[in-house]
Amino acid sequence: MASNTEKPAVQKPGARQTLLLVATRKGAWFYYADQARQTWRTDGPHFLGHIINQLVLDPRDGRTLLAAAKTGHLGPTVFRSTDFGRTWKEAGRPPAFAASADGNGRAVDHTFWLTPGHADEPDVWYAGTSPQGLFRSEDGGVNWAPFSCINDDPQYRQWMGTVQDGTPDGPKMHSIIVDPRDAAHLYLAMSGGGVHESLDGGHSFTPLVDGLEVVEGFDPAEITFHDPHCVRLCPSNPDRLYQQNHCGIYRLDRPARRWQRIGRNMPAAVGDIGFPMVIHPRDADTAWVFPMDGTSVWPRTSPDGKPAVYATRNGGETWQRLDAGLPASQAWWTVKRQAMAADRNDPIGLYFGTTSGELWASRDEGRQWECIARHLPEIYAVETAEVA
Amino acid sequence: MKVLIPSALHSYTGGSKAEADGSTLAAALADLDRRYPGIRFRMIDEQNRIRRHIRIFVDGVQVVDLAHPLDPRDELIIVQALSGG
Repeated sequence: MASNTEKPAVQKPGARQTLLLVATRKGAWFYYADQARQTWRTDGPHFLGHIINQLVLDPRDGRTLLAAAKTGHLGPTVFRSTDFGRTWKEAGRPPAFAASADGNGRAVDHTFWLTPGHADEPDVWYAGTSPQGLFRSEDGGVNWAPFSCINDDPQYRQWMGTVQDGTPDGPKMHSIIVDPRDAAHLYLAMSGGGVHESLDGGHSFTPLVDGLEVVEGFDPAEITFHDPHCVRLCPSNPDRLYQQNHCGIYRLDRPARRWQRIGRNMPAAVGDIGFPMVIHPRDADTAWVFPMDGTSVWPRTSPDGKPAVYATRNGGETWQRLDAGLPASQAWWTVKRQAMAADRNDPIGLYFGTTSGELWASRDEGRQWECIARHLPEIYAVETAEVA
Repeated sequence: MKVLIPSALHSYTGGSKAEADGSTLAAALADLDRRYPGIRFRMIDEQNRIRRHIRIFVDGVQVVDLAHPLDPRDELIIVQALSGG
C-alpha cells in the first residue's frame, strides 16, 4: 500500500471510493483509495495551520462536509463544504454558549465532535464542544443553537466539573449518538461527566453510568467522576453500545442500564485503557480498541512501546492482538479517541492516525497493517466515507 | 477609522488594511463584522471578552475594555499574540 500525491487513484466507473478524512493539529487531509484500497491519493493540506478537531462527511447527502476548526490565536468556528473541500464557507453562527448577564459565562474553546442527525432529519447536525456543551444545527451546519437543558443546567454544570477536571486540552462533550430507529433517542458522553441518554430529542437527559468504574478512591455514584473516552452504538444492533472508558472497556445491551466491563478479558499486561473504540458495521459482536499505557503517571503511549490493535469477535468475551506490520518495539505513540475508524467494505478496512502523525491502514480487519502516510501533524481524528 | 488586521484574519478582509466606524471599540468591532461576517467571533468570545491571544491597540495603547471610546481619527491595530508552537 502506498500514498501517492501525484497520480489519482484508479477508479472504475460507478464504483464507490473509500475516502479518509484526517483532522490534525495543523490542518486537514483527504486520502482517496483506489478500488482495492492499495494506493491512496492525497488531497491537502486544507486549512494549513488551523487546529482541526474533526472533519465529517454527511452520509445522508454524500456531499456536505463539516470541519471543526480554530487556530492558536482565533476563536472556534465551523467550516462547511459541499464540493469536497474545493471551497469552504464559514458557519453563520458557530457553536457558542448563551451570553451571561454578568459576562462571566463559559465560552466555547473549540468544537470537538460533530454528528450528523437522523436520516429523517436531513439538515440536522449535533456538535459537542470544549468545555462541555451540546449544540444543534437545523440547516446543515450553518447556524448552531445551544441546548440550555445541558449547557446551563446547574446539575449538569456540577457534573461537568471545572476545566481542571477534564482532559489536558480541555473537558469535552463527545460521542453524540442518534439512534437510527428514533431521531429523539440520543446518547452523549462527557470527559468528565459521564454518559447520558435522552428519549425526548434532547429536551432532557439522564445519566447512564451504572456499572462503570471510576478512579480508585472515588465514589462511582458521583457522576462527575466518570470519564467515558469513546462510546459507540452498533450499526447492526442499535440496542448494543460499546465504550472505551478511562477505567476500562464496557458493553451495554439495552434495555439494560448496567454496563459490563468486558475489558477484564484483555491481557493483564496490556490492560483495557485507551481512547478509541470501533464497531464492525455489520457484526455487533466485533469491535476493535487501541490500548495505551494507563499506569503510574498515565504515559498515554503504546504499552511497552509496542502498539497493537485488539479485536473481539464475541462481544468482548475474548480479545485477539493484531499487530502484524506495526512497529515491534520503540514506538511510543498512541491513538486519540476520534482517530480510529472502519470503512464499510468486505472485508472491513480499519484506519488509525497516531499522535506522531502517521496514518495506518488495514484492508483485512486488522490482520495486516501498513503505514499510508507519515510526517503529518499530530492526528486528532480519522473518519471514513464512501464517495461516488 | 483605519484598522490594521493581523495575518490570521486576512482570510476575512483580504489584506492587512480595513476600515470600521463606531464611537466605541465594541461598535467598531460590530461594524467590522458587518463588513466581514464572522470576523468578530474569532476575536471576541460569546461573553464579550477579548480572546486570550488577541490584543487590540488604539493609537499604540493596548485597550481591554470594549466600551473604550473611539474617535474617527484613531487607528485600531489588532494583533495576534504569541500562542506557542
